[in-house]
Amino acid sequence: MSAFLKLHPKDNVRVALRPVERGDRFETDEGPVTCLCAVGMAHKVAERLIEKGSLVIKYGMPIGTAITDIAAGEHVHVHNIESRYTPTYHHEDQAESSNE
Amino acid sequence: MNKTWQGYLRKDGRKGIRNAVAVAYLVECAHFVADKIVRPFDDEEVHLIGFPGCFPNAYAQTMMEKLCTHPNVGAVLLVSLGCESFNRRRLSEVIEASGRPVETLVIQRNGGTAATIKSGRDFVRAALEEIADVPKVEMGVSDLVVGTICGGSDGTSGISGNPAAGRAFDRLVAEGAACIFEETGELIGCEHLMAERAITPELGELIKQSVDKAAAYYAALGYGSFAAGNATGGLSTIEEKSLGAYVKSGEAPISGILKPGDTPPKGGLYLMDVVPDGPVRFGFPNIADNAEITEMIASGAHLTLFVTGRGSVVGSAIAPVIKICANPETYRSLEADMDVNAGAIVDGHMSIDGVADEIFELIQDVAGGETTKSEAIGHREFILTYKSFEPIGPACLPVT
Repeated sequence: MSAFLKLHPKDNVRVALRPVERGDRFETDEGPVTCLCAVGMAHKVAERLIEKGSLVIKYGMPIGTAITDIAAGEHVHVHNIESRYTPTYHHEDQAESSNE
Repeated sequence: MNKTWQGYLRKDGRKGIRNAVAVAYLVECAHFVADKIVRPFDDEEVHLIGFPGCFPNAYAQTMMEKLCTHPNVGAVLLVSLGCESFNRRRLSEVIEASGRPVETLVIQRNGGTAATIKSGRDFVRAALEEIADVPKVEMGVSDLVVGTICGGSDGTSGISGNPAAGRAFDRLVAEGAACIFEETGELIGCEHLMAERAITPELGELIKQSVDKAAAYYAALGYGSFAAGNATGGLSTIEEKSLGAYVKSGEAPISGILKPGDTPPKGGLYLMDVVPDGPVRFGFPNIADNAEITEMIASGAHLTLFVTGRGSVVGSAIAPVIKICANPETYRSLEADMDVNAGAIVDGHMSIDGVADEIFELIQDVAGGETTKSEAIGHREFILTYKSFEPIGPACLPVT
């Protein structure tokens, strides 16, 4: 079973089913994508380029807006996306990629 | 498969799955005394509940009335300091009218701490004996009210634990149970999906309005229903957390909106609106997970399904909590606190339906008297704070 779960056909992010390493790869319709950094379980990785200002899609639904260009294989999290409703409160160190 | 079990028949006709004595303090000043009263009864069904505020609050009054007359409660002891605003007489009358033994101790009139503790323990001892004779009645799934909540969520919650809880909910609803899901502030981003599931267009509109109200309320506070640990666990925004949480409602039509203390009129799926009405007056709507568990219990929940990814260890006073762990790593470290390992879905060892079956079976076993992990350990968390609500209108419950 791939470590990178695609929850819905419309999604532009994958969910890591277990901790993944930089250099781990997953297949997409546009060819293989290489993970650009280590990512913790249940964190998100971009499946393709997500341009600044465009929607991040998970469960087939928008979960926020990209605040920078996010390259395919990049960690998608509080450092590069924002809510369309209310700001997310997080600890300063949480833009990092691992679970801990 | 569907089981039947022996429940407790209350004089108001409702059926309970537990037979507890509730000891309720009516102001923080009486909390210590009430706590001392229950301590010797650690191994029995004697549960401490209460409201800390000194000043009157209609919501708190209603919540205490509903909790003290919950079908899992057999008898009640009220512990008052004496000068607080809480209307202890009215609460006592409501309990008495429900046919339950009730006594009120007023510390200021009862000789202070030691004397009140002694009188309280005497009452509890006698009440335990008295309620041992409550008539039994056959119960099945269709008699149950079940709540669901997720807490300590992470990115696994929405792909394992919540979908499994949702499918268990679908089965419960199909069998005639009433199921409650809640926290409109954690359904921000799902309002249009939910509205499409409402049994009437008017109810769909009200669902959207309840989520809009939550979004406005949180905007006024400056932050959402999102804790730091959610981000550590891979969640980035409130709407991402919402979509993951939303799947625990399953796929049944939504039959109505409840506010805390409103009981479902019949079987079906109900959304509980926990966000106060009117201007922001009393701070954060859901101060912690147990506040919402308490609210669902006040609406009649016999037990609660609690899905967690990061890990939570809480139970509740009055009604058992079944803990469903979404994250396999968390399950391995907190196994003694978890009833169901939905992390096996993430590991690829179990299907969502397999875990849903396990949850459906466990609900019936727990209703039949089997203790949950949190019950066996002795968890009986309880929290009740100030809020204000307008009564629901007829369009909220088109099923009646």
